[in-house]
Order: sequence, then C-alpha cells, then structure tokens
Amino acid sequence: MSEARVLPQAEVARASSLPLASEDSGGPLLEAGFRKRMAAQGQEFVLDVKFRAAAGFTILFGPSGAGKTTLLDCVAGLVTPDAGRIGVADRVLFDAGQRANISVSRRRVGYLFQSLALFPHFTVEQNVQYGLAHLPRAEGNERVSAILRAFRVSHLAQRNVREISGGESQRVALARTLVTDPAVLLLDEPLAALDAATKAKIIDDLRQWNRVHRIPILYVTHSREEVFALGERVLVLDAGRIVAQGTPHEVMTAPLQETVAQLVGFENIFDTTVDEVHPERGTMICRLEANGQSPVTLETPLVRAEVGSALRVGIRAGDILLATSPPQGLSARNVIRGVLTAVAQRDMIVAAHVNCGVDLEVHLTLAARDSLQLAQGKEVWLVIKTHSCHLMQK
Amino acid sequence: MAIDWQAFWLTLQLAVVVSAALLVLGLPIAYWIAFSRWRWKFLVEAVVALPIVLPPTVLGFYVLVALGPRSPVGRWWIGLTGHTLAFTFSGLVIGSILYSLPFAVQPFAASFAGVDRRLIAASATLGASPLRTFFRVIVPLSAPGLITGAALSFAHTMGEFGVVLMVGGNIPGVTRTVSIDIFDRVQASDYSGANQTALLLLVLCFVLLAVVYGVNRKAWAVGPVK
Repeated sequence: MSEARVLPQAEVARASSLPLASEDSGGPLLEAGFRKRMAAQGQEFVLDVKFRAAAGFTILFGPSGAGKTTLLDCVAGLVTPDAGRIGVADRVLFDAGQRANISVSRRRVGYLFQSLALFPHFTVEQNVQYGLAHLPRAEGNERVSAILRAFRVSHLAQRNVREISGGESQRVALARTLVTDPAVLLLDEPLAALDAATKAKIIDDLRQWNRVHRIPILYVTHSREEVFALGERVLVLDAGRIVAQGTPHEVMTAPLQETVAQLVGFENIFDTTVDEVHPERGTMICRLEANGQSPVTLETPLVRAEVGSALRVGIRAGDILLATSPPQGLSARNVIRGVLTAVAQRDMIVAAHVNCGVDLEVHLTLAARDSLQLAQGKEVWLVIKTHSCHLMQK
Repeated sequence: MAIDWQAFWLTLQLAVVVSAALLVLGLPIAYWIAFSRWRWKFLVEAVVALPIVLPPTVLGFYVLVALGPRSPVGRWWIGLTGHTLAFTFSGLVIGSILYSLPFAVQPFAASFAGVDRRLIAASATLGASPLRTFFRVIVPLSAPGLITGAALSFAHTMGEFGVVLMVGGNIPGVTRTVSIDIFDRVQASDYSGANQTALLLLVLCFVLLAVVYGVNRKAWAVGPVK
C-alpha cells in the first residue's frame, strides 16, 4: 500500500479544498447535485447531495440505509432524481432544469454492484465481451484478452462464471466493467466479502489501471479500515445527506458533528461540561455527570469553548488502556478507577464494560484478556490520553 | 371407425400455429406486464387472465361476433379477402390465441419478473439497448418459463372445445378438431371410437407436460453468481 499512497497525496491537497476547477484535476470531474425522494415501507427517505469527485478514488462512507446505493444508482441513471444535475467533464448526464436524462446505456458509467451481477449463462470471456458489441470483432477480442491479463484472469476465459471463486468473480466483474472504458466508475462494496489480502491485491490492480485511465472512482464502503486504506477523499453520507467531506484524516479523526462520530465508531459518547480552560497548556478539564457518584473528570484537548459550556466527548474503545493495578509514571493524563461489569468476545476483540460512574466500553485483544485474567467485578484502572478525547458540539 | 386422423392433424396444426403465435405475441405483452410501473397495470393483467375463468362459449360467442360481417374487424377482413373469418381455420387460430393467451403470458411474465434486476441493470450499464438486454439476458434466463408457456398453450389448444365449436363449427378438414370429433362420437354412441381418440389425446398431453417439467427440472440455474 505504501507505493499506492504516494500519488494520492497531491490529490488530497487539491481535493480537500473545494471548489475544484476541472482544469487542474488531471482528468474528468464528476459533478453532481441532486435530490431524490423515495418511499419505502411507508417511510419517506430523501437523498439530497452535492459533491464533486476528481480522478482517483473518492470514498463514499456511511451506515446502511444512508442512501449510498441510491446515490450510485442516480449517477448511473438507474434511478431518476427529482431535481438537480449530474455531469462528467463537459457531458451532462442528467439535468432536471433542461429535461436532460441520458439513458443508462449511453452514460458510460461503469457500475460494479455488490452482487457483481455476472451473467450466469455466459463464460468469463463472454461476460467481458458483452459491453464491446459495438466494436469490430478483432478489436473486441484484443481488448478482452488485454483486460483479462491486466486483472490476472486469462486462464479462466472459457470457464463458466458459476465455477470460479469469489475473488476471481470480483476480478472478472471489474474487468467486464473497465473494458468498456467508462468515464466514471462506481463500486458498491464490491470487495466486502473478500479477505484482506485478496482485497489488497485487487485494489492494487485497480489503482494501476486508474493511473493510466484517469477517471473518478466512487467507492462505497461502510468499513472504517477501508476508508483509511483507500482514502484520498471521503464523503460521509448519513440519512441521505453528505454530513462531512475531506481527507480520511480530517473526516474520521476529528468529527465536529455527532452524527459523524457515531458513524466512525466512537463507542463512548458522553455529555460533558467544561470545568476549566487552560490555554497555556492547550488543555481543558471536562466533567462527565455520573449517576449517583462523584463526577468523572477528563483532561481533553483545548477547543474554542468557555467554562460551563456543554459539549460532547467521544472516546474510541480501542484508545483506552486497561490496567489491573494503579498505573504509575504515565504520560497519559487521565487515569480512572472502575469496576468491570461485563466482558464479551466479538470476533477477535474483547469488549469490556467498566463502570466508573459512567459506563465505558474498552476493546482488548484476546491475549490481553487472558493474561490479565479479567472477570466481572474486578477492580481496574482505565488510562485515556488527552488526545484520545474528541470534543464535539452538542 | 378408428381415429379421425384428419381431425387429429388439423388439431396438431392449430396447436403449433397458436403456440408459435403466442410465443411472438406473448413476449412483448409479458415484458410489459413484468416491467411496467403503470398504476392501472392490474386491469390489463385481469383482461389477460379472463380466458381462464370465462366459459369458452362466452369467449367463443364474442369472438364469433367480432369476426362476423357486422363488426368493423369482420368487415375489414371481408373487404380484404372476400370471405368471412368465422368458420375458417384462420378464425379458429384467432379464437384459440385469445383462449390460450394467459397460459403463455403468465409463465412468461413470471419468469421475466424473476430475472435478477441487477443483471438487467448491469447489461444497461455495459451499453446494451433494452432490446439487446431482452434477447441476450432476459430471454435466455427465462428459458424454463418460455418452454412452460409454449407447452401449456400447445396442450391447451390441443384440447379446446367450446371456442372451436362457437367460432369454427364442425367442418371436416377445416375446423373439425379432435375434441369435437370425440363429442360427435359420444353423441352417436360410438364409445369405443371416442375412447381411442380421447386416450390418444390424454397420452399426448401427458407426455408433453412430462417432457416440459423434466427439462425444467434440470439445472437451468437462474440468478446471479453468489
């Protein structure tokens, strides 16, 4: 991944400063601003978004039901927005004002569905050939074999798509989409089902392809890891709206709105009141109201707030250290005593709940749980660094 | 007298022509039923399904009236050919197409609707026109439904009686079909003749349906690759 990260840096700098002029994006720019009202199961849902995506990866991140797939469907033309405009480079794909709505088959928008949608009655080669019917046979065959080579699936050409593995299917589906030379590529969690190593290899091949074919790629995911692994630029979608955008670092580590905080996995979110402000040290003391017990105080980074302001603080469960005896000689400023109330295993992590007056969730490895002999009722100390406390507006 | 082979071949001809015509006519109707989002679509579905519940004599009566010299359609045909459609093989074909329409259209529409929408969407995003998508993706993946629809309309036409009698009458070599032949024999107390013909029809329909269900049972896997 380190090699892949070199190029994006320049992109990040440009992409993060909206607005972006199409001349300096180094490729066609996808510009979209549209609204779509939908009714599902009696509930009304409104997708209302405005964004730009330059050449390279743009991550579309959000919980399920946020409207990610609907957004992609609108760009592809499978769903018609009620209002707004969608354009790629100089081409208008949809414009409600001008009553322009280019049909799906003429949009040149490559779309890789979560289900991949490989044609089950065709071989791998026939699937990849499908989008090249307009080309002379020889040229089509040449392009098919070139793309099959680029995605390392040449040896599967004559196989039926039902006989190939998950990772191979992803590669074939990607090849089938890219061989048509799309102007925009939409990926709807196409790699969700793959293991990390297979996924990384496919992403590398896709990046390689994207270096030559500079087109915008909208990549949908709800995995936080993928955002950081792929991220050049992130759009965070929640309940039909883009609630944050920027580089993964900007969006994912310093959220200002709580909706983002919940999305990016702050397991611990509390109401807090500012007790003391120390501009000279760059810190503040915030008090968490504990029910029936003495309040918990936290040293947090300084934000623009006055004594007495009500804020929220978010702490990731993975950022908290847990000790079974009072720790000493630490740089961390917050050491809080509490009692273990629950220890539960989730996949490869252990989620421990500690009552310190407030309930805090802490994530540990299985080995840590075993060596500390954690059990319900045990007295523990939690260690939280000042900069692990993320303040946000209430 | 043994089996009336003339009536038998006529019936076979009728069934072949009708199921071929339904394959052509039924595909666009079924496509529209499967994919249209028109709010009054259910009315069209009800009209298509009518022949299932309507007494064949009722259907036959209206077809006869429509084909006769007093209706615009009948007059147009007479102006074109010089004779009426009623009591001809062509008239029989028209009546039978209407009578067997639901037996073709319903399996067609059900199998079209069963094709994964994402496969259809994938075809469109790959630049295929709706027509290309229809013939390259929807039809191949609906093969079992198409076979079933064609076979059902064939078998249904083989055995029809009421509509044929109303529209075609009983003209040997022109409109006299097997089921009318059986009816005539029973009227004339020729039970053994009736039995032979009836048995032939029964076995034929059974074999046809058995073949269709047997073919469809095979792994025509429909749907996306998981």
